[in-house]
Amino acid sequence: MDLGPHLFLALLEGLVGAFVLALTALGLSLVFGVMRIVNVAHGTFFMLGAVVTWYVSTLTGSFLVALLAAPLAVGAVAILADRLVLRPIGYEPESTIVATIGLLYILEQVVLMTYGPYARPVAAPIYFRVDFPWFGYSGYKLVVAAVAGVLLVLAWLALWRTTLGLHLRATQQDREMAQAFAVPVERVYTLAFGLGGGLTALAGALIVPVQQAHYLMGLDALLMSFVVVILGGLGSLRGTVVAALVVGLSDGAVSVLFSPTLAKIVATLLVGLVLAVRGRGLFGEESA
Amino acid sequence: MRVLGLHLAVLGLLGVLQLVLPPFHHGMVARIMVLAAYAIGYNLLLGYTGLMSLGHATFFAAGMYGAGLTIHHWGFGVAGAFLAGLVAALAASAVVGVITLRTAGPAFLIVTMMLAQAFYLATLYFNELTMGEQGFVLSGLRVGFGGRGVDLTEPVVKYNVALGLLAVCLLGSLAFVRSPAGRVLVALRENEERTQLLGYNTYRLRLVAVLASGLTSGVAGVTYTLLFSYVGSTFAGVLYSIYPLLWTLLGGSGTTLGPLVGTLLMTYAVDVASGVTDAYLVVVGVVLVGAILWAPAGVVGGIRARWARWLP
Repeated sequence: MDLGPHLFLALLEGLVGAFVLALTALGLSLVFGVMRIVNVAHGTFFMLGAVVTWYVSTLTGSFLVALLAAPLAVGAVAILADRLVLRPIGYEPESTIVATIGLLYILEQVVLMTYGPYARPVAAPIYFRVDFPWFGYSGYKLVVAAVAGVLLVLAWLALWRTTLGLHLRATQQDREMAQAFAVPVERVYTLAFGLGGGLTALAGALIVPVQQAHYLMGLDALLMSFVVVILGGLGSLRGTVVAALVVGLSDGAVSVLFSPTLAKIVATLLVGLVLAVRGRGLFGEESA
Repeated sequence: MRVLGLHLAVLGLLGVLQLVLPPFHHGMVARIMVLAAYAIGYNLLLGYTGLMSLGHATFFAAGMYGAGLTIHHWGFGVAGAFLAGLVAALAASAVVGVITLRTAGPAFLIVTMMLAQAFYLATLYFNELTMGEQGFVLSGLRVGFGGRGVDLTEPVVKYNVALGLLAVCLLGSLAFVRSPAGRVLVALRENEERTQLLGYNTYRLRLVAVLASGLTSGVAGVTYTLLFSYVGSTFAGVLYSIYPLLWTLLGGSGTTLGPLVGTLLMTYAVDVASGVTDAYLVVVGVVLVGAILWAPAGVVGGIRARWARWLP
């Protein structure tokens, strides 16, 4: 292929990746913003979403049912984890990190015990090709990007147009003040953690037909989510989405043109340096 | 006095143990002693400075690659390779320290993790040099002693070199945390602003702590490579950054003997679990969650709180 079409393919891949990444990272950003904790098990929720999707769509034969079941099941796991582990330790930042690392290994290894070490695909619910003059492209990938985009808009609406969103934002801005105004902060915390898990599980579910489900797929999702959330500014949802688009596009481009490993090296180094130079991230000023 | 006595007694016990241990456990304990030295290095930072790192595998692996690559590609001798490993570990800790110490709290943790991941991916990316995941095996590692050489892979030699390393690191860390510099680090951990107010340059102190911790971890990495003749990118991966955290927490962070106790318990727990299931890393998760929920002070920390206030 010539450079032109090659570049186009790279951008296309990057764009799809960017939307999925935005959806994946949104939950982490929400949890950090509202609860002020770093959830290291975030990537594991993504992986769980993919695995649940495989189970449900294999059992019921319907991808759509799986797409509904995955975020619900993973959200429930997240809520359970919040109640059993995070609340008892009082959301203390460093203990939470250690606890979520523990959670990561427990969930991952339980999946290894039950689901096994296989990478298993799910047939895409819709299959069509988009034919460009130079190459054909999987239509499902474009659908994934569109669905992720719609979900992002819905999340935004929920956050700015509903009472739940109001509670989330109030807790993020000032926990004690929110409590004084009768926002059920404890319940909001649990809900935020569940929502965060559910959103990323949805991203994991959407990606199964493209990527296959594997018990170790969470680490990459976690690291890329960190990259995006930090670049976008800890706790800033808008920053997260913008950063996801930038990182997703450049990641796709470098992956196609050079190598995926190099793309990840660049991204992780970049974020390390950004955080060290500008502690709040690129869009950090709007976080409370 | 009784503190020093206790530490010497522990080392002495490990020394005598090699006479009675069956071969399998003999090798196991040798490995544990090297890994405990790594945990001791980690504990300097977590336990005595209050900085939680998720990227210590970089220092361990920098030591490993520093020694392994120079032997493999340039035919360095053991002494030269040891030195090269030290330099590599020190350089890595200087770079990581200067970058990460601009941040604090959870950000410090994430940046160390990110840099470590970049380092790990780099060991995969340059796989012509490092052989990536598969790694490479070194052979014929001997140290000359007045004409006749000693084979480092010989079990007896292995055990005693590991014991020597542990002794140096354990007593070194004991001396360090009881020295004025170590005391100031603890003050820094407890209250940064007050320490600053007393006129200490907290940034420089933290950098010293990162260097000391990174160097100790690096020495453990070098020794691991020299004794077990293997270098591979697994040791740069995320799990090897989490292990020292786990060992230190379980044994008791901020106690000199905690890392050794934690490494001993955990390595055997992982070994037993790996005989039962492929998913043996589940014990890592269970112990992490359990420790944070019910025993945040760890084994030695708990003993100190209850029975022996004098434990360092």
